[in-house]
Amino acid sequence: MAVATGKSFVSRFGVHIAVFIFVAIWTIPTLGILVSSLRDKDQIIASGWWNSFTSSSQTEAGRLPPASAQVEKDGKFVLQGNIFGDGPARNISAFGVKSAAPTQYPAGTTADLGDGVTLQLNADGSFVMTSPKAFESERGQRVYYASSAPPKFTTDNYDTVLFSEGIGRSFMNSLTVTIPATVIPILIAAFAAYALAWMRFPGRALLIAVIIGLLVVPLQMSLIPLLKLYNGVGSFFGVPSKTYLGIWLAHTGFGLPFAIYLLRSYIAGLPREIMESARIDGASDFEIFVKIVLPLSFPVLASFAIFQFLWVWNDLLVAMVFLGTEGDQIVLTAKLNALLGSRGGDWEILTTSAFVTIIVPLIVFFSLQRYFVRGLLAGSVKGG
Amino acid sequence: MAAQIFSAIFVIIIGVGGCVAYFWGANKALDTIFPARGVSGKAAINNLRRQGVIRPWLFVGPAMIILTIYLIYPVVETLRLSFLDRGGGHFVGLANYQWAFGDREFRNSILNNIIWLAVVPAACTFLGLIIAVLTDKIWWGTIAKSLIFLPLAISFVGASVIWKFIYEYRGDGQTQIGLLNAIIQYFGGQPQVWISLPFWNNFFLMIILIWIQTGFAMVILSSALRGIPEETLEAAVIDGANPFQIFWKIMVPQIWGTIAVVWTTITILVLKVFDIVLTMTNGQWNSQVLANLMFDWMFRGGGDFGRGATIAIIIMIAVIPIMVWNIRQANKETEGH
Repeated sequence: MAVATGKSFVSRFGVHIAVFIFVAIWTIPTLGILVSSLRDKDQIIASGWWNSFTSSSQTEAGRLPPASAQVEKDGKFVLQGNIFGDGPARNISAFGVKSAAPTQYPAGTTADLGDGVTLQLNADGSFVMTSPKAFESERGQRVYYASSAPPKFTTDNYDTVLFSEGIGRSFMNSLTVTIPATVIPILIAAFAAYALAWMRFPGRALLIAVIIGLLVVPLQMSLIPLLKLYNGVGSFFGVPSKTYLGIWLAHTGFGLPFAIYLLRSYIAGLPREIMESARIDGASDFEIFVKIVLPLSFPVLASFAIFQFLWVWNDLLVAMVFLGTEGDQIVLTAKLNALLGSRGGDWEILTTSAFVTIIVPLIVFFSLQRYFVRGLLAGSVKGG
Repeated sequence: MAAQIFSAIFVIIIGVGGCVAYFWGANKALDTIFPARGVSGKAAINNLRRQGVIRPWLFVGPAMIILTIYLIYPVVETLRLSFLDRGGGHFVGLANYQWAFGDREFRNSILNNIIWLAVVPAACTFLGLIIAVLTDKIWWGTIAKSLIFLPLAISFVGASVIWKFIYEYRGDGQTQIGLLNAIIQYFGGQPQVWISLPFWNNFFLMIILIWIQTGFAMVILSSALRGIPEETLEAAVIDGANPFQIFWKIMVPQIWGTIAVVWTTITILVLKVFDIVLTMTNGQWNSQVLANLMFDWMFRGGGDFGRGATIAIIIMIAVIPIMVWNIRQANKETEGH
């Protein structure tokens, strides 16, 4: 736009800042799960992901060994060892013995616990506790410490979700649903769109009006009758009612009004002369469609394909009604929803699974954004 | 898994091949039964006419059959089921509707849906418009728009996980790993369990949809803004209008049509919102909405199809005005040709 509203430095600067803030709000949430999915799972709960590049510190509690582990040395009773046991070493910065003051003493110093009892806890976790009297308690001394671990990034989470949480399998299921459910409606819609745009037959105007009306019919209207229909067909023929074929046809049905609407408005805009000259040369409608209309319609076919792909891949409702929820049928969105229930607090699983489910749409979206926007502009009557 | 990949590829070939075979075969059959070539002139003309009558139906036939089974029949059937009992065996008149308006959960859903309808389309359109105007003025506007547009590709479930992580609450004494609570804590506030705060939790769910849909509004409105004739803006500048006057009095009135389209599109989407509520709260803490309630009744206690159908009809009734408006607009356009 040629009109600069306010040419002063301040107002221009303000625009940059404002846009920057919007971009930040719109990207940071996604960045959060990407970063978290690559973090070590213990660190995810120890510190916010925005701190993931600095050492994470946390206050923990541990117990020293019980009295049975003591040895007598130089007239004193000594407990010795490492508070981390065989676990991974961390860096202790401070420790304490009261929950109210968990970081009372810096690491490496010797704390006086009264009655001549002393405790020394070093940065690497090794400790020495001495007492003039024999330790008696069978429960070891409780020790609090602040430890920090260096930033740790790993792809372990991806290994876990892909191969042991079933996300890999669901990924395949999603592809199995999405590809046919994208291709089948294109073919059916393209023929119908051509007929509605360029062929004369009674009832054409009515058919177009019906299709525009169907554009906004909520999916919810179809669910119960189709579920009943599928169950009926399944029991009549003695086949399962939840099948891939069933969901392909369902997605085809739900995508068709938009497909026909989008393709028809594009095909109707193709130049009349091309088609008329082909007709004079003796080409039939079928030949005109295959040899002229289809190649010329490539951009709009691509637009629709992207739409349908994203819509089917991202769909949860249709998949939950028409597909099973077991391993060989559950799609990514449904799996992610199930994980939210069963692995509610395990953010390493959730963030990683979420990223796996959104990566394919993001790639499709970024590589084909041009077609996507074109389709959006042409078909913005549709209710999504 | 390998077997599944193989069978998927196999079925894709069968399915797509079947479609191609139908269209090709049907045309071939038509050309053979009523040949237009290689017959005498009069017969050829007759056959061509017959072809002209039949061929359109070969083209639209599959689409019509699928639309009838998957959309037209279900609309009628859902309406019928809404007057029947849970199993669909007995006519119960308006009992399901009576139940609905007396049910606390249903009324709560209606109320929430109204709040969603009041907030989300307005917020998306408003933010989309602001961002479209601002990004038009700067050199990195295209990149900025791409990034704001990006959530549109993310599934509602994925977006719910993303935002659930932002709203994450951890008990006293633990480090807050949810961004929102960490910010609140940084400024000395008290961390909250955001998605179970009655009433306000609705807004935290709405933010997710606004986050997804603002990019849509932005792209459509941005292209409408580009269509505004430069002269009108220049004239306004010459007349000494300030940026706000230009925005509200020159730009916005010229794109009212587009704003209405964006608004209604998002309105329809909001009426159907399901995934976000299911994954975030499943309607707990007074955050239920119609689409999720319907899904619930479809399967609750073995499924109550009567009540489920009734809720679907109520969603449909809300969509009908938009449907009528769309058909009218489309008819006007085709008459113009």
